[in-house]
Amino acid sequence: MTSLNTIGRSLLRDDADIPASTFRASGHAPSDARWLKTLRGVQPGLVLSWSIMAVVVLWALFPQWFTSYSATVGVARQQLRAPSAEHWLGTDVLGRDLLARIIYGAGNSLSGALVAVGVGLVVGTTLGIIAGSARGRIDSAIMRGVDVLLSIPQLLLSLSIVILLGFGIVNAAIAVGITSIASFARLARSEVVRVRASDYVEAAFGSGGTFSRVLLRHILPNSLTSVIAFAALQLGWAILTISTLGFLGYGAPPPTPEWGLLIAEGRNYLARAWWLTMVPGIVVIVVVLSANRISQSFGKAKA
Amino acid sequence: MSRYVIGRIGQAALVLWAAFTVSFILLQALPGDAILIKFLNFELGLGPEQIADIRASYGADSPLLVQYVHTVISFLTGNYGYSIHAGVPVGDLILANLPQTLWLATLGFLLSLVLAITLAALSALSPFSWLRSLIQSIPALFISTPVFWLGILLIQVFSFQLKLIPIINPGPWQALILPVLTLAVPISAPLAQILMRNIDHVLTEPFVAVARAKGASHRWVLWKHVAKNAVLPTLTIAGILFGELLAGAVVTEAVFGLNGLGGLTQRSVNDQDIAVLQAIVVFSAAAFVLINLTVDLLYPVFDPRLRVKQGAVA
Amino acid sequence: MTTAINIKPASADVANLPVLEIGNLAVGYRGNEGFQRVVHDVSLLVRPGEVVALVGESGSGKTTTAQAVIGLLAENGRLEAGTVRLNGTDIVGWSQKQLDAIRGSKISLIPQDPTTSLNPVKTIGAQVAEVLQIHRKGSRAEIDARVIELLTRVGLSQPELRARQYPHELSGGMRQRVLIAIAIALRPALIIADEPTSALDVTVQKRILDLIDELRREYGTAVLLVTHDLGVAADRANHIVVLKGGRIQEQGATAEVLAKPRSDYTRKLLADAPSLGKTRSVPRSVSPRIDRRGDAIVVENLVQDFAIGGRRDAFRAVDGVSFTVQRGATHAIVGESGSGKTTTARSIVGFQKPTAGRILVDGIDVTTLRRESLRWFRKTIQLVYQNPFASLDPRQTIFQIVEEPLLNFDPLPREDRARKVQAILDRVGLPSSVLARKPHALSGGQRQRVAIARALVLDPQVLVLDEAVSALDVTVQAQILALLDELQQALGLTYLFISHDLAVVRQISDTVSVLHNGRQVDGGPVEDVFQRPGSAYTRELISAIPGQHNVNLN
Repeated sequence: MTSLNTIGRSLLRDDADIPASTFRASGHAPSDARWLKTLRGVQPGLVLSWSIMAVVVLWALFPQWFTSYSATVGVARQQLRAPSAEHWLGTDVLGRDLLARIIYGAGNSLSGALVAVGVGLVVGTTLGIIAGSARGRIDSAIMRGVDVLLSIPQLLLSLSIVILLGFGIVNAAIAVGITSIASFARLARSEVVRVRASDYVEAAFGSGGTFSRVLLRHILPNSLTSVIAFAALQLGWAILTISTLGFLGYGAPPPTPEWGLLIAEGRNYLARAWWLTMVPGIVVIVVVLSANRISQSFGKAKA
Repeated sequence: MSRYVIGRIGQAALVLWAAFTVSFILLQALPGDAILIKFLNFELGLGPEQIADIRASYGADSPLLVQYVHTVISFLTGNYGYSIHAGVPVGDLILANLPQTLWLATLGFLLSLVLAITLAALSALSPFSWLRSLIQSIPALFISTPVFWLGILLIQVFSFQLKLIPIINPGPWQALILPVLTLAVPISAPLAQILMRNIDHVLTEPFVAVARAKGASHRWVLWKHVAKNAVLPTLTIAGILFGELLAGAVVTEAVFGLNGLGGLTQRSVNDQDIAVLQAIVVFSAAAFVLINLTVDLLYPVFDPRLRVKQGAVA
Repeated sequence: MTTAINIKPASADVANLPVLEIGNLAVGYRGNEGFQRVVHDVSLLVRPGEVVALVGESGSGKTTTAQAVIGLLAENGRLEAGTVRLNGTDIVGWSQKQLDAIRGSKISLIPQDPTTSLNPVKTIGAQVAEVLQIHRKGSRAEIDARVIELLTRVGLSQPELRARQYPHELSGGMRQRVLIAIAIALRPALIIADEPTSALDVTVQKRILDLIDELRREYGTAVLLVTHDLGVAADRANHIVVLKGGRIQEQGATAEVLAKPRSDYTRKLLADAPSLGKTRSVPRSVSPRIDRRGDAIVVENLVQDFAIGGRRDAFRAVDGVSFTVQRGATHAIVGESGSGKTTTARSIVGFQKPTAGRILVDGIDVTTLRRESLRWFRKTIQLVYQNPFASLDPRQTIFQIVEEPLLNFDPLPREDRARKVQAILDRVGLPSSVLARKPHALSGGQRQRVAIARALVLDPQVLVLDEAVSALDVTVQAQILALLDELQQALGLTYLFISHDLAVVRQISDTVSVLHNGRQVDGGPVEDVFQRPGSAYTRELISAIPGQHNVNLN
């Protein structure tokens, strides 16, 4: 666990611990301090987060680059082996290499999360933008609908949708995506409303801009920054929720390698083979932490 | 003021009705069929005619609109239908499973409050900025941890490694310790984050500087000025926390094999037992709406800015 | 460095022992760009009962100096060197606990912004009582009685009611009185007043400063007055310390500094401050550039109502305002917050439909315009906003910002547009190096130049300037005012100048309308209104302009 803590710490260290002082430096930084500034601009936690995400994406796209074992076919007489030079993370009850299953599982978990975020982002943001720009009746109709979506606890809503669509990873992802529509819609609407109220939008109308032009040139670009940051945050959340559905048995069917399912399967051998549950869980945590850290950096870039 | 209250109650009722309708459409329009799953079983040896009779007895063959009106009326009269799988009234089933979940959720919520407030207080009182940022990173770690994995980890550590809590036949309180902890950790994380953010924000407010200029110590300021201003906004996420609590209960009960509403939910999903699931969805939506309504109506009691102005202009 | 420290050797006279003696103070902040020192080698003295003004523009280090004195630097700030002697004792290096004992009792603070300086969820009475409780002054009943006494002393009506009320139920001026009550509660030796009135209206400002003066005399308290307004300092201080870039430019007795400034910077500040400087030399009412061809703006009986929170009864923001502005002239609309001046301007620009009345701009009836005709009307009239941080899209480059209005109308070829943008930026005095930059890389004054360039790129007849120089430092304000004057001469523009600042209005406008609570209480040529104000309110406004006492002496 110590290694996880270290990773977590470096991922999460917030460089904004300098409180906003009433003072704003007006002087110019001396030029010899410029290299220092560039060096300070690099945040090790953020770099690490991006590297982790890059590795996971590569796992998802080209799993065969990273392991020569199969994710679904086990080797006889190699069941429940502890981590070793041969099997870095050990093997499961069918003699399958755990590392291979994690690497191949990245594709399922990541594409599921992308589908979920895609559904929420596209549908939710569109609704939010329509509500925020149309105002009046259309706005209140959409937002009441959003209230209803919010009133059903997310897990229950996604379970209901999973029943409707049937079990499976894509369906689970769509269900998770639908439950996030409400949050995306709320955020997008409030951002559109905020940006609309700004002086520069009024100035754009004041210099003869048509509605559609002002919407495209000012309102959307300025509102979408925080929506994108939120989407990155939701990516981590979607990975978690999909793995939960997988753990409960509503996601990918065995023997598909999916991270939540790996933990569920390993659970029966907890006493004999702890690595089967612990390692996939740590992988999930690290990936989710990275997504959250990246999201945080988007949020800051806005200012 | 009373007009506002009535309007707010009406709005809550509307949302609840819409939530009911949504869940009805979602669950009744589904392609799966609980009756078929239960009775189309070779061991029972039922023919198609007999299954059709059973379907008719459950009202499954009436037009959707008739079923909808029927369900609305039964819900309003306190009749939540029969569990197709267990063959008992849904109300009884929920009542039987409620106490376990209520204990779990209440204790879990209390523990999460303790955790969140402790973390926030530690971060506010920590004399070094490195220590503060370390404490502030804990909730982010909690948020990123899968609940089910955390439960398994706790079993692994406390039951298998340390052998503190027996796996087989634990006492009723012993059996609750790990589930409550499992549930509390993910709930405490967003609470702690919001509290920390609010505290940091309130500390930059000019009225805090004024209080310091009066000679108030850091602790005095935290207790007398920051606490209330930081805690108040967290009330608004009470409804969402309830949903999280329920979701957490489903997962926690699955991990620890407890029989509560969470376990019931999981079983009804597995069996496609619609009546049960619909009742659970509607009840939790009702609880959510009620919590938010209460928070909205009580908020002015705590925050004077939302009370009716008494008119003082000079 | 033209620092001229004017500290006389400490007198043996005990009564004249300085309340505050700052010696060679240096303060810095740790930020993203490393450690930066913002206060260098500042030394000054405050004697009992004296008012010392720390005057400077933004970034001069005046607030940091004040914060260092009371030990309330931001967390990333550090006092690097120097001494802060309070009644002869150096408090630098004191623990927070030691400082807590003197804060509120020996040294207290009147903060800048009364709206955010009171805890919104505690009653006024509790917040005044707090300072007494912290320093354990009396029983509960004694404290309660003392609170009412203090609230009465600072001039609040119905003190018992006020004590039970919450901050949001009081006006800004009333809140500042409450904060003054807190500051004087324990009769401290020194009060630090950090821009105590810059968030307030000018008439309220005068009353609050009068109150501080009065209490200071009564209690014999010394005041360290931090202000950006040389006029306020000139009126109220015995001694002025001028700061720039964290260094003292000069200090001395107020009359001396005003009459014979030794540093170039002070001379510039004096010349640029509208209330103190050069203004009266050129009476504008006979300005020759006014074109007699007719009126650019005609406003007749303008009424503007707003619905409040969906209820049926409406709030009347503007009530029967009428004026005309000749082509090429500058007309000012003057008023305090809530006077309806900005609402009037927005109706004229066409951002809202008036409830009643007629508005003609360049002969076009604004009230009849709809969508497309309103859009084309934008070529006639343009608005420049108060806050150049908020009125420029942070994601656009300066080129895109200035080019955008051109794209909204008859499309010009790309090269023509670029040439036009370049020309207009030249016109407002910006180098072409800013073209590719974004607003955040520019100073406040540069941003306001960009906003003016954007407004001018469509060749409008009329420019509405809504508090367009109010957010700027006084030297920058003077530059922008000079630019506006030059542009008017060159392009024959008509200005509608919305302002709360009478001194600036007197300096630059030809005619003026004075608004009060939505009604027009005065109007006509500027000098007429100033010499023979037609209403009591106008007289009050004029007498509230800071900087008149000492200037008149000279």
